[in-house]
Amino acid sequence: MFKKFSKDDIHTKSNLKSSVQRGLKTKFVDQYPKIEPAINEIVPKKSNVSLYKCEDKIQLYILDEHVLFYQKFDELLPSLKLVHKYPTCFPKVQVDRGAIKFVLSGANVMCPGLTSPGAWLPEESIPAGTTVTIYAEGKENALAVGKLAMSTDDIKSKNKGVGIELIHNLGDELWKFDNE
Amino acid sequence: MSETETITPVEVLYCGVCTLPVEFCEFGKTFKKCKTWLSENHHDTYVKLYESQDGTKTTSSLSAEKEAKISEALAKMQLKEERKQERDLANLKNSKILIKRIQRTKHKHIIAVTNLEVFGVDMKKLAKTFAGKFATGASVSKNAEKKEEIVIQGDVGDEVEQYLLGLLAEKGLTNIKIEQVSEKKPKKKTT
Repeated sequence: MFKKFSKDDIHTKSNLKSSVQRGLKTKFVDQYPKIEPAINEIVPKKSNVSLYKCEDKIQLYILDEHVLFYQKFDELLPSLKLVHKYPTCFPKVQVDRGAIKFVLSGANVMCPGLTSPGAWLPEESIPAGTTVTIYAEGKENALAVGKLAMSTDDIKSKNKGVGIELIHNLGDELWKFDNE
Repeated sequence: MSETETITPVEVLYCGVCTLPVEFCEFGKTFKKCKTWLSENHHDTYVKLYESQDGTKTTSSLSAEKEAKISEALAKMQLKEERKQERDLANLKNSKILIKRIQRTKHKHIIAVTNLEVFGVDMKKLAKTFAGKFATGASVSKNAEKKEEIVIQGDVGDEVEQYLLGLLAEKGLTNIKIEQVSEKKPKKKTT
């Protein structure tokens, strides 16, 4: 989803008021409750979070030259750098080794990649539409962030079609942008 | 509150060459360089990742042939990228910047600078810098060969050459040839 993104796609940059910043923090904690203990470290009280408005109704929240969250239409997604730092705070799924190459080029994850040996889905079902972090077999760090197209129980039972819609992966344009 | 424990952030080692976490370097295009970087900078992680191979290979869930296929495809991609980089470097060394001095009217000239794309400079920004520096108009346009060129009003060829030499030296490319040519062709000014 971040296939075409560069500095030119940023329309406006603005600083956030601290009241808005507080609202942002609560919103993020609402979406990912496990991050609550760490939220004050990620976004310290007196910091300046800037908002970059980009092409395609995308909004980026930046702190100290690093992207914290990415927002499209009301849903906040953590950037992979954030996921790497706090891996336990986000729901996790794992794909098998064969899928790594495709995910790294931005492809959506198909159900068989999540149900084959080497892949892992959590025991309790996560509903469709939740944002999950995608890990790879044999790797410690998160590979990508995506949205569930079907609930994990459906993925296990139907095993056909797109399982996860990919939004952000390692090495995509947002990652490169963050690394400049 | 149920949880008052603080979570400490995990420190991830990112490769200096491909910017991905080091365990993902094998899927990137610059694997060889990544490996050399890692062995030079973080030798213990290098040993853990690449020298104790038994851990990763035996726990992979895919069959041996599938693994072989994947590593073949990756090796191919990496080779391609290596060749591309070598070609680009050779290209860089061989290309020269052309500065054309074209006569607009009897006493007025314009300067057209071509062949700048290989050097990875931002044309628009450079045009603006020229405009500011020489206190004259400068713009980017496409010429007959469908290549982008910077057109500067006025007879500033020598200064452009000097400036470009300085700019390239900063980047580290000191052997670039810059050629000055003058043409008497009446060129229609396009905006």
